[in-house]
Amino acid sequence: MGASQTRTEKYQDLADKTGFSLEQIENLHKRFQRLSDNEETIRNQHPKEVGSCEEIGFEQFLMVMSHFRPPSLKTTEEEKEAMRKEKLRFLFNMHDTGNDGTITLVEYRKVVEELLSKSGDIEQETVKAMADAAMLEVASTNVPHMAPDEFYEGITFEHFEQILKGLEMETKMYIRFLDVETPTLSCGNSTS
Amino acid sequence: MQRCRYVHLWLLGSVLPICLISGVTSVNGDVALLHQESHLKPLSEFKSNLNQTEQDNGSRVITGISIVTFKWNHVKTPYLVALWILVAVLAKLVIESLPSFVTNVIPESALLIAFGWILGGIIWAADLQQTFSLTPRVFFYFLLPQIILDAGYSMPNKLFFTNLGGILLYAILGTVWCAATLGLSLWGCQAGGAMGALDIGLLQYLLFGSLIAAVDPVAVLAVFEQVHVNEVLFIMVFGESLLNDGVTVVLFNVFDAFVKLGGPGINAVEIIKGIISFFIVAFGGSLVGLAFGLLVALLSKYTKNIQIIEPGFIFVLGYLSYLTADMLSLSAILSVTFCGVSSQKYLNSNMAESSVNTVRYVMKVFANGSETIIFVFLGISAIDKTIWVWNTGFILLTLLFILVYRFIGTFIQTWWLNQYRLVPIALIDQLIMSYGGLRGAVAYGLAAMLDDQRIKEKKLMIGTTLIVVYFTVILQGLTMKPFVTWLKVKRAAVAEVTLVEKVQNKVFEHSLVAIEDISGQIGDNYLRGKWKIFEEKWMSRFLLTSEARKKQDYIFNVFHQLNLKDAVGYVDEGERRGSLEFVRNESAFIDFKKKFGDEFSEVMPDIMAAASDDPDAMRRNPVSSVSLQMHEKTMQGMRETEDIDAHHLLQQHLYKGRKQHLHRYSRNHFDINTDDNEVQEIFQRTMRNRLESFKSAKMGLAPAKTITKHTKKDQQQKMPNGKSTDTSKNYYANNEGFEFSEGASGLEASGGSFPFRVNYRAGAGIENPTFMPDQDPMAPTQIPPWQAEDEPDGSTVSPSQRAQVRLPWTPTNLRRLAPLRISNQSTDSFAQADTPASQEKDKKWPPPPPPPSDK
Repeated sequence: MGASQTRTEKYQDLADKTGFSLEQIENLHKRFQRLSDNEETIRNQHPKEVGSCEEIGFEQFLMVMSHFRPPSLKTTEEEKEAMRKEKLRFLFNMHDTGNDGTITLVEYRKVVEELLSKSGDIEQETVKAMADAAMLEVASTNVPHMAPDEFYEGITFEHFEQILKGLEMETKMYIRFLDVETPTLSCGNSTS
Repeated sequence: MQRCRYVHLWLLGSVLPICLISGVTSVNGDVALLHQESHLKPLSEFKSNLNQTEQDNGSRVITGISIVTFKWNHVKTPYLVALWILVAVLAKLVIESLPSFVTNVIPESALLIAFGWILGGIIWAADLQQTFSLTPRVFFYFLLPQIILDAGYSMPNKLFFTNLGGILLYAILGTVWCAATLGLSLWGCQAGGAMGALDIGLLQYLLFGSLIAAVDPVAVLAVFEQVHVNEVLFIMVFGESLLNDGVTVVLFNVFDAFVKLGGPGINAVEIIKGIISFFIVAFGGSLVGLAFGLLVALLSKYTKNIQIIEPGFIFVLGYLSYLTADMLSLSAILSVTFCGVSSQKYLNSNMAESSVNTVRYVMKVFANGSETIIFVFLGISAIDKTIWVWNTGFILLTLLFILVYRFIGTFIQTWWLNQYRLVPIALIDQLIMSYGGLRGAVAYGLAAMLDDQRIKEKKLMIGTTLIVVYFTVILQGLTMKPFVTWLKVKRAAVAEVTLVEKVQNKVFEHSLVAIEDISGQIGDNYLRGKWKIFEEKWMSRFLLTSEARKKQDYIFNVFHQLNLKDAVGYVDEGERRGSLEFVRNESAFIDFKKKFGDEFSEVMPDIMAAASDDPDAMRRNPVSSVSLQMHEKTMQGMRETEDIDAHHLLQQHLYKGRKQHLHRYSRNHFDINTDDNEVQEIFQRTMRNRLESFKSAKMGLAPAKTITKHTKKDQQQKMPNGKSTDTSKNYYANNEGFEFSEGASGLEASGGSFPFRVNYRAGAGIENPTFMPDQDPMAPTQIPPWQAEDEPDGSTVSPSQRAQVRLPWTPTNLRRLAPLRISNQSTDSFAQADTPASQEKDKKWPPPPPPPSDK
């Protein structure tokens, strides 16, 4: 990791970029190293799965984490709005596995499926029905008067924003990053 | 039917407490809720009286002089109780019927208290003495439990537990702070000579402080329910008021014990014991409640066969948990709160839907009723000359300190809390929270419990408590709403449940848990995630029935709710149009009314026209009649036969899906029939049916019958068609087409688009010769009234859409049909639905739209 001098500089740099405090970065770095077995990067352990990224470095790791940084008391309304948009974008990209700018029905179904099917009590077709109903909801809110020969391709980011307008984001996309290191229990590599 | 049940339960419920109260009042004459001193007699006398009247009665019957005897003493107590309940409920009725500008401005609780004053004044004027008052026993045993149970049971659990830290802080520290500062300040003021000579020591002041410190859930709920503040603020105030009731009772008991011990008896050991007992009482009470809550949940798993009394369990066990905790001298209020909180989730999923509703209603009936009674009696209690020992200094200082310390306490605690909160509590919210510190009946009940042997100024304390209650409930309650509006407090959003949002919420939750996990933070989300896993793995398994587990999922619930709502909306829509037919037929067909509502407005007149064109439709003309009941009556005879016919047909000819999920009967179901065996079975059954009808046709069965049969089938068939255009989803038309031979042409038309079509085609190709001839001649004759109108206006409304409006479906066979409405279309329905192919198909599909005769 180089000399300590450059290291703090690097951290400072990251702190400016992400808004984390130095202590938080230190903590996250420790965590990162635990996850990566002291490597520079975390590798994708299931390379066959759909995922554009093969490995991520600490900086990227931090960037992802920074999406979940809570706003401070000083954040202005515009900043909050920007953060909100950013978070929505993050979420949108998470859904949009095809990376084509729309969440298609298939992609959406996959999301719903993964949310629900864990307990195993709900059948596949229910899941699909739900995804479809949700999709239709989106369609009907965004394109209220659809001509019969039109069809709804998928959720674009604008529509996505539109439907989640009423959603209170403040409580929902934030995590408190502690300054002190929490004793991480046995959630080691299995979680990566 | 359900209404009926509620009424029964309500009656039962209202009789029970009356009996209980009457039992109590007759045993403990001194704690009677409504003791009329002049009439009150010891039990023995009461009994002898009773015997006497009975004897009288007997002798009179023998002599035959009197048929009716007046047995007032026999029924006096329960009669009075019932009468007072009636009066209180009528008071509410009167208040609700006041002009809206009054009820909008003045909170209901304040009006009820005022009503109590008037009532008390009347009684006082008549009797010249105070005859009725709220006794602590009645209050704590018969009025309070149901309110708390209701509060706990309808607690928004998630919100409650996410803010639990803050709530506990306010409830425990806040209450202790208020009690201590008030007691000390008043003592200081007395020492400074501000209140004249009062015989109150420091301990007594602290006792008084502890009883008046707690914010009252009844009062808070009554006011805050009318002012829709944002949910975090609401849960903070509400949760605090609920929990600090427990705290204040505990505190009261501790100080009461100290007062009994007297000044010199108190040493460090006793104080430590007091503190320990405080925690034991509070947490012990919660644990007892938890145990009872889980017991109810467990019981509800097995109550399937006794659905009628199923809703009773929560009431009985909730009450028992209250009494048990009280028996063990633990906090009864906390106990019943947690009983409700812990059991609600499992109960709601375990019990039948009607039972869940029943519980909800009965809870509200009880809670609302007691609340009303409490407020009215708080008002009546004012008319008692004996409690009014006026001491301006004491009363005014109490009011002042209560307000000031509440504000100071809240601000300090919130400041501290905000260091740790993700979303800090805003200044305005803090103001409202402080201002919402309403005192209520709990304080009064506790004050009435004071021991006047040891506390010489009990009357002053009761009087002051009443004034504090009046002041906070009426003045603060009155100003709360303008205050909230003026300060622009964030209101609760009246959001509609949308599936997308719920799904997104869940996504948020999951991703938060994941991110916390990855980043190695053990935060709320991480813990919540672990708890969820634990709950899913263990709690649900033990406490939920297997069906309930399925329905447990949150998103699924919303989905279910939305479906229900759509269905209800649909029925409403039909009723609004004044057509029962529409309802009966349409209720089978649930769709997005938002999207297609406008289309229906176009469709409706056409239906009417078509119906009247039809020869058969004549008898259905009363369709447009406004009076549903009348309509039903006239229709009954005809419909009955038709229904039976239809039922029979449906049962005979429609394939019963294996997977009957009655709880999700709408919108779009896919893949149910993908099972190969099922397809086979459908095929075989259809073939058999066709063979039979073929035979019967050859045997020379009356052709008329075939035709009617046929039309009915056709109608069912059209519904899917309509659906396919409408929802762009359901294509189970395939099944039908498969079943009824004429579908073959439709299959040909759009066959290529779905894999399923191909599968079916083999079967569909075998056509029933008897059907086709029947049909073809029919086609030209029947089309005109309908299709002719149709063609000109073109594509706006396709025939099938109209057709769906006239399905002979009744709610009963809707159920049976539900699984059939599940389409086997799988992937991108939007795309397919709106492609020209399907349009074309729809036009070709119902080759001979049958006479809308059954309409």
